[in-house]
Amino acid sequence: MSAFDTSFVRVGTERRARPAKAARQAISLQRFLPFLLPVVVIAAWQLGSSFGWISTRIMPSPAAVVVAFWQTTISGQLPNNILVSAGRAFAGLLVGGSIGFLLGIANGVSRLSEQLTDTTLQMLRTIPHLAMVPLVILWFGIGEESKLFLTALGVLFPIYLNTYHGVRNVDRGLIEMGRVYGMSNWTLFRKVIFPGALPSILVGLRFALGIMWLTLIVAESIAASSGIGYMANNAREFGMTDVVVLTLVIYAILGKLADVVARAIERRALRWNPAYQN
Amino acid sequence: MSAIAIDRPRTESANIASQIASAAAIHIKGLEKSFGNNRVLRGIDLDIPAGQFVAVIGKSGCGKSTLLRILMGLEEPSAGYLRFDTAEGSDAQPNTRIVFQEPRLLPWFSVADNVAVGLGEGVPQDISRRETVSVLSEVQLAEKAGEWPSSLSGGQKQRVALARALVSKPGILALDEPLGALDALTRISMQELLNRVWLELGFTAVLVTHDVVGGGSVADRGGGGEKGRWVLYLDVPNPPPRHHGNPALGELEGQLLAAILGETRS
Repeated sequence: MSAFDTSFVRVGTERRARPAKAARQAISLQRFLPFLLPVVVIAAWQLGSSFGWISTRIMPSPAAVVVAFWQTTISGQLPNNILVSAGRAFAGLLVGGSIGFLLGIANGVSRLSEQLTDTTLQMLRTIPHLAMVPLVILWFGIGEESKLFLTALGVLFPIYLNTYHGVRNVDRGLIEMGRVYGMSNWTLFRKVIFPGALPSILVGLRFALGIMWLTLIVAESIAASSGIGYMANNAREFGMTDVVVLTLVIYAILGKLADVVARAIERRALRWNPAYQN
Repeated sequence: MSAIAIDRPRTESANIASQIASAAAIHIKGLEKSFGNNRVLRGIDLDIPAGQFVAVIGKSGCGKSTLLRILMGLEEPSAGYLRFDTAEGSDAQPNTRIVFQEPRLLPWFSVADNVAVGLGEGVPQDISRRETVSVLSEVQLAEKAGEWPSSLSGGQKQRVALARALVSKPGILALDEPLGALDALTRISMQELLNRVWLELGFTAVLVTHDVVGGGSVADRGGGGEKGRWVLYLDVPNPPPRHHGNPALGELEGQLLAAILGETRS
């Protein structure tokens, strides 16, 4: 195999030429390859802690993190906070995502709507939404509204931009075909414009998922009385590094899970596209 | 711009008379079209009897696509008139379908669902299914009904586009350079397919092309043109010389080329 990743051209030839058993081994090896680096890092980290090279005040050992995981799980603290955070995240995604999606569609298909709102949206987009934190606390205090507002604001723009871009880039020839073949506006949207914009909308969704967790972490560490961010901040005050690291791991897992779900949706919704087959 | 027309071979007209009933005759007189100061078409006269195959041949930019768009009802003529005659009566826009230069299939729909687009809305599922399967076997792609368009070759995609145009049994089939993007061999088999479905289904066909040989070998009547005016209006002997290598076809091609290029030079 060359140094370049040519896996996308190999599909038909090399795999079929190999005997079935060797191919199966190659596939199982490929499945574990992504996990090799994390496993090595964690092993080195545990060794470092066990031999006292890494101070437990700076970094707890992986074993201590596992213990912290176990203790907070049986006390119900961790599952509770995960549920609270996930609820906030998805409520924000739902509200902000819907607004962004609807604006993106409206501005993609209607010239009037685009002229009315696009410039304003582009201006708002350049304000880092986390700069709104002081104002949001003044408006909503540290209640649920502040988290919902910030998360919704954060996910709105990537969904808006990608939906708008997707609608704008639907093949003009297909739209003309739809009109010539007598499609009504609604049918044209359902059969041509929306499916045509979907690859771009899903890219926007994946961006939004990243921003969603980021916003939530910040919002919860600054102003919250529950959630994973609150748990981390609380643990910091008591010097419980194991719990702090545990919350980081939880964030990583939640972020990865959201991405896996988004990818699965992508593969299912875009299975007509050769780029997403296999 | 020029037009070539072919009438149906007499021997075959009897058995398809019933189907021809849906075909529309097109009458165009003194047709003009301007976009601002740009006169794209002027003084176009064309009478196409129901069921005829007409090729409009000309260089790119001579207004042939505009003529098709007017025919499809997508543009209004600036002057002159366009009338249709069908068995149901005059003037109403008959069922007109178009095949574009590119297949323009919806990549997120299966081949069968793409063909069903041609039926329009509100057609019951079972009828839609039956018509789709029947027209797909007409273009010899019945076994591809469930595939994605991305798995088809260029020629197969264009055959699906033809099936989509034919599934609603149009009275007029407009062909906007449908063979332009195909390789030479695929083009020949596509020409034969077009010719066969035209003989079988009995629609009126208007082919717009810059391909003198291709236009000549499928159409019944041809004309060449330059800058929106006819220079030649030619009836092709009946039955027309369709086979490649036929000297009569070569002669037809020569006449057309001379007409189109002669006008350019003068």
